[in-house]
Amino acid sequence: MNKPILTLLCITSAIFFIQTAHAVEQGNIIPDCKLNSLSDAKTTTLKQFQGKVLYIDFWASWCGPCAKSFPFLNTLHDALKGDDFQIIGINLDENPSDAQDFLAKYPASFSVVSDVQEQCAKQFAVQAMPSSYLVDRNGIIRHIHLGFRADEAGELKVLVEKLVAGH
Amino acid sequence: MPRKLMLTLIATAVSASCLPGCTPLSPWQRGTLAKPSMALEPTPMQDILSEHTHGSREAASAGSSSSGGGCGCY
Repeated sequence: MNKPILTLLCITSAIFFIQTAHAVEQGNIIPDCKLNSLSDAKTTTLKQFQGKVLYIDFWASWCGPCAKSFPFLNTLHDALKGDDFQIIGINLDENPSDAQDFLAKYPASFSVVSDVQEQCAKQFAVQAMPSSYLVDRNGIIRHIHLGFRADEAGELKVLVEKLVAGH
Repeated sequence: MPRKLMLTLIATAVSASCLPGCTPLSPWQRGTLAKPSMALEPTPMQDILSEHTHGSREAASAGSSSSGGGCGCY
């Protein structure tokens, strides 16, 4: 009787742990997923930002480290804003009004959009909250950063400045 | 192992893995788990005070439970 039980456990474990999502990695081109505006019904795609260095940040209102990252992102935006650099905050809240409440407490000077349909989150296969993707002007992911801690801000800023400078 | 038993086991395994309870949550779907009401210890400060009082009276400390699942933020 042990052999059938062992076989059942092996089959169940194998099915349970099969990874169906293929996460984007460093060196991949970013997916061209659709994004929604938080304030109106307009839609946009990531391809529209091609030609710029992008800092794509997936966040949600319930995520503590996301709240801590916003002041850093605002500082980064103010320091490097221009035609060459864009920060895109992609909100993953199920209810967009939660995002609006969050933004009332933690205002963002950078672009904030919504991925209510989870299209971008699935195509990027976001693995942590928050997740940041640094993308060069050719749309290639140059750095993936999971989470946010205050002592990582300096390193991220240096990476962004290098990409903007063309390295 | 008989073929019929093997097929039954495979069918059971596939059915079990299709149950919603077996689907792992994606990181961006943990908003509900992040709510304070979902914490295993919704009143952590009160629990710390209770444990301190208990330890002071009994001259012994009991094992504390885990702090809860939380949002799973990185």
